[in-house]
Amino acid sequence: MRGLVLPVMTLCWREVVRFRRQRSRLVGAFVQPLVFWLLLGGGLRASFRPPGTPPGTSYVEYVYPGIIAMVLLFTAIFSTISVVEDRREGFLQGVLVAPVARSSIVLGQALGGTTLAVAQGILFLVLAPAAGLSLTVGSVLSVVPVMFLVSFGLTSLGLVIAWRLDSTQGFHAIMNLILLPMWVLSGAFFPTTGVPAWLGWTMQLNPLTYGMAALRRSLYLGNPTAAGAVPGMASALGITLVFCLLAFVAAADAARRSAA
Amino acid sequence: MSGTARAVRTPVVEVDGLHHHYGSREALAGISLEISRGEIFGLLGPNGGGKTTLFKILSTLMPATRGTVRVFGHDLVREPDAIRRHLGVVFQHPSLDSKLTVMENLQHHGHLYGLRGTALQTRAEALLERLDLGERSHDRVETLSGGLRRRVELAKALVHQPDLLLLDEPSTGLDPGARRDFTNYLGQLREQDGVTVVLTTHILVEAERCDRVGILHRGKLVALGTPDDLKARLGGDVVVVQSLNPQRLQGRLRERFGCEPVLVDGSLRVERPRGHEFVREIVDAFPGEVQSVSFGKPTLEDVFIHLTGRRLWGEAANGGGPA
Repeated sequence: MRGLVLPVMTLCWREVVRFRRQRSRLVGAFVQPLVFWLLLGGGLRASFRPPGTPPGTSYVEYVYPGIIAMVLLFTAIFSTISVVEDRREGFLQGVLVAPVARSSIVLGQALGGTTLAVAQGILFLVLAPAAGLSLTVGSVLSVVPVMFLVSFGLTSLGLVIAWRLDSTQGFHAIMNLILLPMWVLSGAFFPTTGVPAWLGWTMQLNPLTYGMAALRRSLYLGNPTAAGAVPGMASALGITLVFCLLAFVAAADAARRSAA
Repeated sequence: MSGTARAVRTPVVEVDGLHHHYGSREALAGISLEISRGEIFGLLGPNGGGKTTLFKILSTLMPATRGTVRVFGHDLVREPDAIRRHLGVVFQHPSLDSKLTVMENLQHHGHLYGLRGTALQTRAEALLERLDLGERSHDRVETLSGGLRRRVELAKALVHQPDLLLLDEPSTGLDPGARRDFTNYLGQLREQDGVTVVLTTHILVEAERCDRVGILHRGKLVALGTPDDLKARLGGDVVVVQSLNPQRLQGRLRERFGCEPVLVDGSLRVERPRGHEFVREIVDAFPGEVQSVSFGKPTLEDVFIHLTGRRLWGEAANGGGPA
């Protein structure tokens, strides 16, 4: 067991240490969503009242859980970019010749990215009153594990891509094609209520829609109408869990296929 | 040399009929060799000769297209983890995390091999002392010079006490003094810990210090033996003649002395016993055509030229090189 846990822990620990020593990443993953929140919330609050939510819900409040998802997404993206860099700069070769299963390597990387994402997500929770949201102990205890699941899924998905690529440029292109649209179409930005049918279908097929729903349902724990017209907690959590597993298996598989 | 005589007969590395293709390009065209315990074995050859491909296969990073490799009796493809445990690898490109300190890099590496706690700490500190890195152990790698980083790479590869050390162009970026220290340290490892060392190099002095050398050219092992044996296969001394018109002189030398001068990079090379006498004969025979003559004991590069008609770097020889 020790032979399994130790490599995973050390890979995860390294991601955290590296992050702490690169200030620009903190800015990228935290300040950028904050600016988005201020601009989107401020800009759209006058013209956009989110349908499917109780009267009086401002757009600043509506988009707040979405911005938390964005924090998780950005952190996940940054930590998977570091896999591409590890390969380019040579660090990964040293890991690949060690007697560690490829799946353990991927698990360490995924947990590292997840740890960072959850830490920043928690930091963002402090801003909830600014969104007009009063958090309870219960909602915090619920939202943290949900953030963990969502981050793990997103980091694993990023790793599937990162293990197949050898340039950060390629990663940026794919990120703009896959990861950002996933966020936009998750209900983070606008709800499914009232969108054209084709768009509604796309949103229902998007796995992040369910992560987003679980985040909303946790933040509004005990007040389900305020969470708006999103999938219920059970299906949201179930689908998110399946997504995590599938993404992780795909990432481990990509790592096994990758020749260094 | 001394190591070969002492080496135990069980091979640490057995390579048999190894082929590797990148698409249609053949990088390895049937390599077979055995490396004994305690040997320092050098793979010498020009870039593109197949060294790096062989290195990647030996280090378990890449499966070969065809052929078998056994390390410590384990099949490289079927039991990679059994081999990885005994393997220390120093890559040509840096594999350190520059954001971590020297000690953190070593600890991270140790954890990957299941080492932890004080045992790991003690081992890492001892290694850093031995490699004269003790004072830098809490510095981030990004603040170290290239030479120091190479030493940290070596320390990292040794943390888990490997029995087989693979080094890809280990002295890249080292000045001659540091290179000598590095080679001496490899000798110590072999003497004290019985470590087997396989290194790739294109630097002749480094290859000269190996117990045995395999010369790789176009994916084939064109020579295999101790540096002394390989050099003894050449006919005595190597005489190098510079001339303003080397082609003409090449023909004349051939006619006059019945030898087979090879034209490499504008100079003529003749392998010949009793080189000092031959030098005088050449100067006497063609005083107007010879700019300079020198002779010396053959080096491994002479062996390489003899076998391939090329220098290790640079252009192909022309004008009657042995095929």
